[in-house]
Amino acid sequence: MAAAFKKPVRLIARLDIKGKNLIKGIHLEGLRVIGSPNEKARQYYEQGADELLYIDTVASLYNRSHLAELVTEVVKDVFIPITVGGGVRAVSDVKELLRAGADKVAINTAAVSNPSLITDVAESFGSQCVVLSIEAKKRGPGSWEAYVEGGREKTGRDVLEWLEEGVALGAGEVLVTSIDQDGTEKGFDIELMGLASQASKVPIIASGGMGSPSHATALLKQTKVDAVAGARSLHYDRLGLPEVRRTLLAEGYGVRAHGPQ
Amino acid sequence: MARNNTVIVDYGLGNLRSVAAATAEIGGKPEVTADLDAIRRAERIILPGVGAFPLAAQYLETSGIGSAITTAAGRGVPILGICLGMQLLFERGNEFGWSNGLGLIRGDVLPVLRTDEGEGLRGTHIGWRSLGFPPSGRRAPLFTGLKAGDSYYFVHSFSANPSDDRNVLATVSYGTKDLVVSAGEANVMGVQFHPEKSGSAGLRLLRNFIDI
Repeated sequence: MAAAFKKPVRLIARLDIKGKNLIKGIHLEGLRVIGSPNEKARQYYEQGADELLYIDTVASLYNRSHLAELVTEVVKDVFIPITVGGGVRAVSDVKELLRAGADKVAINTAAVSNPSLITDVAESFGSQCVVLSIEAKKRGPGSWEAYVEGGREKTGRDVLEWLEEGVALGAGEVLVTSIDQDGTEKGFDIELMGLASQASKVPIIASGGMGSPSHATALLKQTKVDAVAGARSLHYDRLGLPEVRRTLLAEGYGVRAHGPQ
Repeated sequence: MARNNTVIVDYGLGNLRSVAAATAEIGGKPEVTADLDAIRRAERIILPGVGAFPLAAQYLETSGIGSAITTAAGRGVPILGICLGMQLLFERGNEFGWSNGLGLIRGDVLPVLRTDEGEGLRGTHIGWRSLGFPPSGRRAPLFTGLKAGDSYYFVHSFSANPSDDRNVLATVSYGTKDLVVSAGEANVMGVQFHPEKSGSAGLRLLRNFIDI
């Protein structure tokens, strides 16, 4: 009957958004405009992305309204799951984004200031659509601090403790972004992702640092993460999703085959 | 060929916009509605859904939507349940205790993992998987033209267990067992994955459905 079980691994394109633009920085800072997020999204869909992340990292500071607009447009011709985050403060914000066509909603700042929001959203729409977004910055050996507001504000909270608490409150998935590795294209924070994926009962999306297929294989070899997100190297066409997928398939990981079979 | 509308049942849960967009993309003329007459008279119905079984089952019952779907099913029109929508087609679901589904396909809906299973597995099955088909060799019309390696997007913690093996249309392995991820009884069928989120393979499956 069905082929032998291999843990599914997803390849995700992450699009950081400000206003109506696709942006990218390094360590979540020095944001530069790259172009239209929806155009890039269509490109990644064609190239076989398994999922998209639309994250408005500055939405807590500015107006979030463009996010729902962008999503409404992109779901007309991009037929893969889309997680949308940025500026989500209330159950009504989640409802608006899901109605626009988002499959899941990522929550960071508001979850830290009001953890019961995670439970409220999970009870209203199911855990499967609540992604706890954690921005992690190393503060010492084996220790990371959670940040909010797009990596600008410290919370004083330990990343691994916050992760376990967020999952207990009802998060169905956790997006872990390494601020230290973000935008560097120098590889993932494997120690962080290893501990996070060990501690978590729900899937972990690793984000920050992917510059080559070998970064993805190193991550999957040494951790239990469920999904690998790339951003900067993809946006500047220095790395292609098909290349990463071919490498992971060849190494025996459970990524989907896409393209000619 | 002029096609009739595809009624997409709006019962307040799920990614209706995406299901409608995918249906439009393959020429299925989506009509998103909660109108009982429209559902009763539909020529083709998609029951989407994301969320928890008991709440959805209760809403289908109190709103009258459930019996409208049953009426349409009795007329022999093709009905496709997606994700929670598939589960609701079964007799009973065991999520936060037992509750009754529409009973259009015989069987129960249970957690993907029992508490004593799942060493190293997550309780939520999420990601892209390719399917296995029953050994009878006959491929259901829903899967016409789809290749063995084609993958579909899953996100679920419960899955259906048809009481009649002949109603199993497709499976995936999970740990050491197989989950039933597509089932059909007469004109009523369901898929546990999200065809509307499964790229070109998912669109092909939806096209197969509207061609039935």
